[in-house]
Amino acid sequence: MGVKPLSAFDLSLAAGLVLALALCSWRLRLGLEKRMAISALRTTVQLLLIGQVLRVLFAHASFPFVFLISMVMLMVAGREVGARQHRRIKGFSGWLLGTGSMFVSSFAVAFFALAVVIANDPWYTPQYAIPLLGMLLGNTMNGIALSMDRLTESLWQQRQTVEQRLLLGQTSLEAIHELRQQAMRSGMIPIINSMAAAGLVSLPGMMTGQILGGSSPMDAVKYQILIMFLICAGTGFGVVTAITLTSRKLFDDRQRLRLDVLQKR
Amino acid sequence: MGRLIVDNLRFRDRGPYSFAIAGGECLGLQGESGAGKTLLLRAIVDLDPHQGSLRLDDLECDRMPAPQWRKKVSMLPAESCWWLDVVAEHFHDFSAVSQEHLALLGFGPEVGGWQVSRLSTGEKQRLAILRMLENRPRALLLDEPTASLDQANSQGVENLLCEYGRANNAPLLWVSHDPKQLDRVADRCLYMRADGSLEPCGGK
Repeated sequence: MGVKPLSAFDLSLAAGLVLALALCSWRLRLGLEKRMAISALRTTVQLLLIGQVLRVLFAHASFPFVFLISMVMLMVAGREVGARQHRRIKGFSGWLLGTGSMFVSSFAVAFFALAVVIANDPWYTPQYAIPLLGMLLGNTMNGIALSMDRLTESLWQQRQTVEQRLLLGQTSLEAIHELRQQAMRSGMIPIINSMAAAGLVSLPGMMTGQILGGSSPMDAVKYQILIMFLICAGTGFGVVTAITLTSRKLFDDRQRLRLDVLQKR
Repeated sequence: MGRLIVDNLRFRDRGPYSFAIAGGECLGLQGESGAGKTLLLRAIVDLDPHQGSLRLDDLECDRMPAPQWRKKVSMLPAESCWWLDVVAEHFHDFSAVSQEHLALLGFGPEVGGWQVSRLSTGEKQRLAILRMLENRPRALLLDEPTASLDQANSQGVENLLCEYGRANNAPLLWVSHDPKQLDRVADRCLYMRADGSLEPCGGK
């Protein structure tokens, strides 16, 4: 059983709801109507475009094409990690840190899931690879951005304490031990929480989509469990990598705290 | 023995600085605030990037890991920081701290169990000196060590630090805004002008 197709008219009915809300925002002088209109337009255009790309991609399941798309996704996620940080590491190396950690964790976990767990032929079958990678990247991106922001921000605020510890002869790793732990925790806790609440509070989006698409609930649930585990591992390892690399970058070879590598947005 | 040698030290737009402090000698450093006295101390303790050479006798700063250098050449910052809950947790072994030193700074052995959050600025400063001395440093860089202390406590700190320098043949670099204090503790003095250059001035 396939999903019941939606016509342009069906969508315009839903758009009417947003229009009504915009009208309401105008009456209440919330000043959100313009942003709401632009965002609604963006969602329409971006999703229609990606629909076309995926249509072509699914028709020609070639590895270079899948790889190219996943690289574009990675670059956009990398840019987003940088944009979400209050103080980020200057220049190319800052971008590379976030993007590199995301690449290592998301791609390794996605490859493992596709080649070993799901084991399609070929393993990069885009119907599986692209949504899986998308979900992994989206979540690792959140975790990495959150933890890196936490680390640089707490170092900035506690630089005097960190330098005091260096003065007493502690190594750079000893001096920021607790800050690193806190940063790693703050990156991992959201996914741990959502694993705990899955199914009770919220029906995860992917599972909802699969059920709407006609899969049996048990199949959808099993895939959702798989995805949860993958996201947890991907986020966790990504956060550990990102914090390890970032904390190295914040000290020089003589173990001096170098906050001059940070720039404020 | 125990000479601290600063040779052609440059950092930012400052320097070159060249001077030596003999073991057991105390060099006073005065100057207007903002002249860069703290920066000079930070460079010597290798907390800021610099050029030029720093030696303690024949030990070269660049030849050893930075944490090791900072244990040998210790800096006492003007404002001390504490990151754990209880005083003793900041020491390797608080019970090994000399009773004599504690008494000289007006504390009893029970101070190890005190909550850091309840310490006054002056208490923090005096305890920070004991914490620094626990590393048995071979040279001391002191950034206004008594700025937050009353006269009686200042006296105790002066006695303790000068006695440590003499007993361990350690060079002292003592930054102070109080010329009378430097008259008491320093063997000779340098004055830092606003442009960062050094010139000799009084001393005892």
